[in-house]
Amino acid sequence: MSQDNHVPSSKFGKWFNDRLPLLTLSSHLREYPTPKNLNYWWTFGAILTFCLITQIVTGVVLGMHYVAHADMAFESIEHIMRDVNYGWLLRYIHANGASMFFLAVYIHIFRALFYGSYKSPREVIWIIGMLIYILMMATAFMGYVLPWGQMSFWGATVITNLFSAVPLVGECITTWLWGGYAVGNPTLTRFFSLHYLLPFIILGLVILHIWALHVPGNNNPVGIEIKKPSKDTVPFHPYITIKDLFALLLFLIIFSGFIFFSPNILGHPDNYIPANPLVTPTHIVPEWYLLPFYAILRSVPDKLGGVLLLFASLFILIALPWLDRSKVRSAIFRPIYKNFFWLLILDVLVLGYMGAMPAEGVYLLIARIATGYYFLHFLIILPLLSSVEKTDPVPMSISEPVLK
Amino acid sequence: MKTYMSKNNFIISFFLAFLLSPFNLYGSDTKLIKVDWSFDGMTGKFDRSSLQRGYQVYNEVCSSCHSMRLLSYRNLGEKGGPEFSIEQVKAIAANFEVQDGPNEEGEMFSRPGRPSDKFVSPYPNIQAASAANGGAYPPDMSVLAKSRKGGANYMYSLLMGYDDPPSGFKLEEGVHYNKYMDGNKIKMAKPLLEGSVTYADGTSATEAQMAKDVTTFLTWASEPHLEARHKTGVRTIIFLIILTILVYLSMKRLWSRIDSEQ
Repeated sequence: MSQDNHVPSSKFGKWFNDRLPLLTLSSHLREYPTPKNLNYWWTFGAILTFCLITQIVTGVVLGMHYVAHADMAFESIEHIMRDVNYGWLLRYIHANGASMFFLAVYIHIFRALFYGSYKSPREVIWIIGMLIYILMMATAFMGYVLPWGQMSFWGATVITNLFSAVPLVGECITTWLWGGYAVGNPTLTRFFSLHYLLPFIILGLVILHIWALHVPGNNNPVGIEIKKPSKDTVPFHPYITIKDLFALLLFLIIFSGFIFFSPNILGHPDNYIPANPLVTPTHIVPEWYLLPFYAILRSVPDKLGGVLLLFASLFILIALPWLDRSKVRSAIFRPIYKNFFWLLILDVLVLGYMGAMPAEGVYLLIARIATGYYFLHFLIILPLLSSVEKTDPVPMSISEPVLK
Repeated sequence: MKTYMSKNNFIISFFLAFLLSPFNLYGSDTKLIKVDWSFDGMTGKFDRSSLQRGYQVYNEVCSSCHSMRLLSYRNLGEKGGPEFSIEQVKAIAANFEVQDGPNEEGEMFSRPGRPSDKFVSPYPNIQAASAANGGAYPPDMSVLAKSRKGGANYMYSLLMGYDDPPSGFKLEEGVHYNKYMDGNKIKMAKPLLEGSVTYADGTSATEAQMAKDVTTFLTWASEPHLEARHKTGVRTIIFLIILTILVYLSMKRLWSRIDSEQ
């Protein structure tokens, strides 16, 4: 980009920058032209970066005190809660941080869906984002196993058992995942190792995600290209940084409410019972952020079918830029799509609710309808809308809002 | 700055998903007896004398079957807990025989407990505990309050929930009827009877009083840093609100340059 021709003022700065252009990078990040009409839904990128760093920092410290062993994991967590200085704070930040991370990522994803941020030329940003999301789910799931409570143990059992549905090699895969013939100590130690590794892979993908963003630049609420950079954009710093900071602080107030005043409300009480392979909890439920997918999984009577549908529900998102071919990005100018967007949100909420209910009777029926609608939305409605929908006129430029 | 999306809808849907689900999902506790606990709420603290009485109930009644492996005697003297004096903690610990060793001859030996020792368990292992209690393992009480839906209210309700079974309700040998237990059957016999303990501070040991005290004690045992957490939380949120206002004003001022261009 043109504004990247940064010349450091000091002699040493120039010497260093010629060898490793960190100062150019920093200048680019500050000057990065950002559409000036971004609303608060665009602050979640910064909030998510904060969440990732918080999880890594608290996680590294927790890892200094945690013992990854089936006989000691539960007690080591309680040791952190009781005897480590501010251990209770670190652990509650980390545990609730996972939930806040997912809350923010869901808002971030639905913002992209509403404003068509996944469309050309931003497909790669979207795909990297989806990979981050899938890795986040894997990381969170393995993190939930580490306290080695009842839900940890049985959640791990249910999820790893899914792989046994794979024809022919299924049994081998589960044995390989477990490191034995059932979930046990080898499973715990490898989950700990991977739970420590994956966040750094996510961090790498986040850097790529931002890099890919900085090539075409941000989408914006009206979804049109930047016409006149001088009129349509503001430098990232200080205009966007301060706005992101303001939104982050509001987010932190809610976050603190959970940490300090109801730190266990998002968790399941059974996870304070040490893992017991001989006693199965009445209802095995995952954490709230995985519930919609759990509902999809259980809505199919066949195990393999359920697993395939679960993976399909994720991979269909990756294909989204090619399923929705409408030229208009923002839902503001797509009167029909807008309604289907809200319907999709409702559908996902219904799926989430059904994921927490026992898979029987009317719950199962509703879960099946909602699962069907989820695929209908992406596979039929979106491609059809692209050709059928009559879109509203879009504005000429960001600085000249549409005349109505 | 314009916001095009119908913001309210968006916020409401997320908060529904986010807040309501765990409540409904992990079961409702509407039927429990609701007690106005001193440790509830943003500034909630434990009632010190209730904690001390609660320890007495635990020690004289519960601890004959229920272990509390994660607590040490020193915890009883720490800030935010029952806050017994150092002498009292030493005396409490010394009442227990602790197995230690091996000594220089390679022998295990018994000695009086010290504040740094963990609470001595009534049974050597889970199997022994189950065998002595008709096959039902009396759960360890260290984090009991956090491992049951409804927490303190559930424990209080359970303790107060012993009653005669309704006519036609079949109870096996060694099983008792309890209104709040899953399936209304519990292997633990009614543990608290009027005057089960004699309180040193003269509080009359009614069933409800003992249930309240021991529940307070068990809640503290599950969450020994609750008071510090509440205190830090209030300070953190006040700090964040002030900082948010300052940042908001700075932001308005900064953006006024851009907004005035339009």
